[in-house]
Amino acid sequence: MENIRNFCIIAHIDHGKSTLADRLLEFTGTVSKRDAQAQVLDDMDLERERGITIKSHAIQMDYEQDNKKYVLNLIDTPGHVDFSYEVSRSIAACEGALLVVDATQGIQAQTISNLYLAIEHDLEIIPVLNKMDLDNAMPDEVKDQIVDMLGCDEEDILEASGKTGYGVDKILETIVSQVPSPKGDPEAPLQALIFDSVFNPFRGIIAYFRIFNGEIKKGDLVKFVNTGKEYNADEIGVLRLKQEPRKVLRTGDVGYIISGIKTSKEVKVGDTITHVENPCTTIIGGFEDVKPMVFAGIYPTDADDYEELRTAIEKLQLNDASLTFEPESSLALGFGFRCGFLGLLHMEIIQERLDREFDMSVITTMPNVSYRVVTNKKETVEVHNPSGLPEQTYIDHIEEPFIRAQIITRTEYIGPLIKLCLDKRGELKNQVYLTTSRVELTVDMPLGEIVFDFYDKLKSISKGYASFDYHISGYRPAKLVKLDILLNGEPVDALSTLTHQDNAYGLGRRICVKLKDLIPRQQFDIAVQAAIGAKIIARETIKAVRKDVTAKCYGGDITRKRKLLEKQKKGKKRMRQVGNVEVPQQAFLVVLRLND
Amino acid sequence: MPGIYLHIPFCKQKCHYCNFYSLASLKYRDVFVNALLKEMHLRNDYLQGKHIETVYFGGGTPSLLSIDEINRIVIEISTLFHLDSQAEITLEANPDNLSPEYLQALKSRTAINRLSIGVQSFFDDDLRYLHRVHDGNHARKAIEAAKQTGFDNMTIDLIYGIPTLTTEKWGKNLSLFFEYDIPHLSSYALTVEPKTALQVLIDKQKLKPAKEDETLSHFEILLDQARQHGFEQYEISNYALPGFYARHNSAYWLGGHYLGLGPSAHSFNGHSRQWNVKNMKQYIESETVDRIVLEKEVLTKSQQYNEYVMTSLRTIWGCNAEHIQNVFGEEYVISFRQKIHKYVEGQKIVQKGNRFTLTDAGKLFADGIAGDLFVDKG
Repeated sequence: MENIRNFCIIAHIDHGKSTLADRLLEFTGTVSKRDAQAQVLDDMDLERERGITIKSHAIQMDYEQDNKKYVLNLIDTPGHVDFSYEVSRSIAACEGALLVVDATQGIQAQTISNLYLAIEHDLEIIPVLNKMDLDNAMPDEVKDQIVDMLGCDEEDILEASGKTGYGVDKILETIVSQVPSPKGDPEAPLQALIFDSVFNPFRGIIAYFRIFNGEIKKGDLVKFVNTGKEYNADEIGVLRLKQEPRKVLRTGDVGYIISGIKTSKEVKVGDTITHVENPCTTIIGGFEDVKPMVFAGIYPTDADDYEELRTAIEKLQLNDASLTFEPESSLALGFGFRCGFLGLLHMEIIQERLDREFDMSVITTMPNVSYRVVTNKKETVEVHNPSGLPEQTYIDHIEEPFIRAQIITRTEYIGPLIKLCLDKRGELKNQVYLTTSRVELTVDMPLGEIVFDFYDKLKSISKGYASFDYHISGYRPAKLVKLDILLNGEPVDALSTLTHQDNAYGLGRRICVKLKDLIPRQQFDIAVQAAIGAKIIARETIKAVRKDVTAKCYGGDITRKRKLLEKQKKGKKRMRQVGNVEVPQQAFLVVLRLND
Repeated sequence: MPGIYLHIPFCKQKCHYCNFYSLASLKYRDVFVNALLKEMHLRNDYLQGKHIETVYFGGGTPSLLSIDEINRIVIEISTLFHLDSQAEITLEANPDNLSPEYLQALKSRTAINRLSIGVQSFFDDDLRYLHRVHDGNHARKAIEAAKQTGFDNMTIDLIYGIPTLTTEKWGKNLSLFFEYDIPHLSSYALTVEPKTALQVLIDKQKLKPAKEDETLSHFEILLDQARQHGFEQYEISNYALPGFYARHNSAYWLGGHYLGLGPSAHSFNGHSRQWNVKNMKQYIESETVDRIVLEKEVLTKSQQYNEYVMTSLRTIWGCNAEHIQNVFGEEYVISFRQKIHKYVEGQKIVQKGNRFTLTDAGKLFADGIAGDLFVDKG
């Protein structure tokens, strides 16, 4: 046990975590340089392309120092705000963390919140200044930031370059000397933490775990405490570049278990594994049943593809338990699914995976958050879709999810950023100067305000220099109203939104104006209206087309004209019919495009 | 019906709205004429020995050609092809080229028997907006001289929907046309084509775009006036007294075969369409390499059908269900009858037996209706 080191890497997106991890694997001979595909740990196409580690993975390395053999387990962590719970479970499985900071950019909001998580879990933090090979590295300034944050000595900060391999040897030495070996009782009942799971089409769900006490043998009858399900440990093993089966894993080890689990829902990250006979008396703390907070309708572009879409989403769910879906139908869009996501990025990833891995063309409706509606009878109903809201007369009040957000920015953008947050109904909670030029804002705000154009505005106001992190802090009552959009008097269910009473008029007007842009003129006038209940609060008119041609058509025009009309016809086929109005797909995302 | 189109890609200056291939320089004029003659040799079997019933000099500005050049071209055609003795031979002309001397020579020394004069408007401000070379005075003089020379078979172009063209001015343009007693009129709405100077200038707000309401009222006036003067609108943008339909252009709408010569010219033989390279240098090289650079598309059955619907619907002859049945088959005629029904009910289309033609209201939506009737498969 004293030769085991379990550690993770905390870093902001693009700060070079994956590249540095690759160098560690190369240096320890876990992968040879020749067959190392860049960024070994990110094995989804999409991850590699976006440079975001979406799902955390783990890998074991052998390392020798002073004639002693060590086993190093690197547990990778996802780098985006939507996955903060997964990060916290990975951290809980470790004794140490490399804090990797880009020497050209300095500490970002996400790094800080993950760092706090690591400190909370008593992890030994090893600060690493990465990308030291770049000309625009500013080691002194960034070291100051790190010293401020950690209270460490400047000499403790390692310098490295994932690109050139500089400093990698020193990092490994420091891991061995600084990160404590796992503690725990090898004789105690089995207590292991599930920190991740993956789906394998032949073997089912594979759970990754870390043993805190006791040991597990192949063939043991085990129980996942939170789900209460029992399984045979058909195969257990360690995570090298490939899975390597073992007969037994002991306290401190990181490994995997295959037990014929068919659906990802049965394996909950943060759950405790123990033996059915002689179970542990306490479970590992910190478990949460993560619930999706952002919802949107996903509809097949071609209504005939509904069943295909279902199959695709089901397959995605196999290795992504945080994705939820249920069938829904919309008058405007036909049959589709209401999907739940951890956040906006998660939603984008799912959309892209549907496109890339399943070649599914879909219409995604406006995202909304999960609301709690308290009825007159004091019952609480969760509403994931504005059109599912009970009648106004049955509603006592509505509660919406709130987040606590951390924003780190250069001081010159602080004014406009605070204004942005206040405009989004935020409350400024704290303002801390990290250095003379960098400030951290803590803001409480409604999650619902983040799903509309917040990121884009944040980035444009700060010229890309603000970083943002959040966690859900609870529900609060809010004066929310349902804003309906009508086309020629017909409500378009897919365009309904819940919005704060004070914003309803402005939002309604902007949506109407934008829809006037997005919906092509047709052979009759179209009234575009925004309404709260029966009350119309905004209106625009899309004037009828009175002609579509009186141009010439000679020999040289025929091919071009035919192709143009064929193309228009194709575009028309992809439109949706609302009453007698033809609505193009992009109109259904109108709220997200208000600023275009 | 077979015809030959000759694209003469030279202009004194480019009109803002024009999307035809043309050069504002005469540098390549001599080599071009040689290359054109060469192309005739290379492609003299395209129309498979059929009698050529029409020849059309289009452009560009064909009236920039000299009498000798026109003669060399026509003589070469009559040597290489079976040129019908009654063939309609049209020359597109810009008013500023039509001096009485030139007209006299055209009439007496060439085979040209029909003139198409690009008048567009009789008002100077409209012509400036369009960036034409000529002015209103040129236009009137050219018409008068042409008539005096004895060109009875003549047509002029008038564009409506120009932002500078008020309804009153449009009325005057039409009255002048009718006073001149010309038997044919081509008239279409100013169209902002992609990649033209007009599009750029409108996008940059340097020129005003047309107002839809005015364009519409121009069109209505045009239909009304044409009827009053005994003109038939035999195609959406073409009007003629009986017996004066343009035979060459009619072939485009009736599925006739044609050979297009010159850069960018289109040819059609019933099942494939091809168009020459839009590049003078590459085109004139054909003289030395014995090969014309061109693009070609073979039309699938549904594409042939779509083109039939799109072009025939624009004409006085209309779309014929029996023709569809005979040429394209049962499946097509069923789809056609299903889709056309609502337009007949909506009075956009009139049905007479198997013939379906656009009503005045329907003419405003010819593109949309045609597109809707399209069949979309290979």
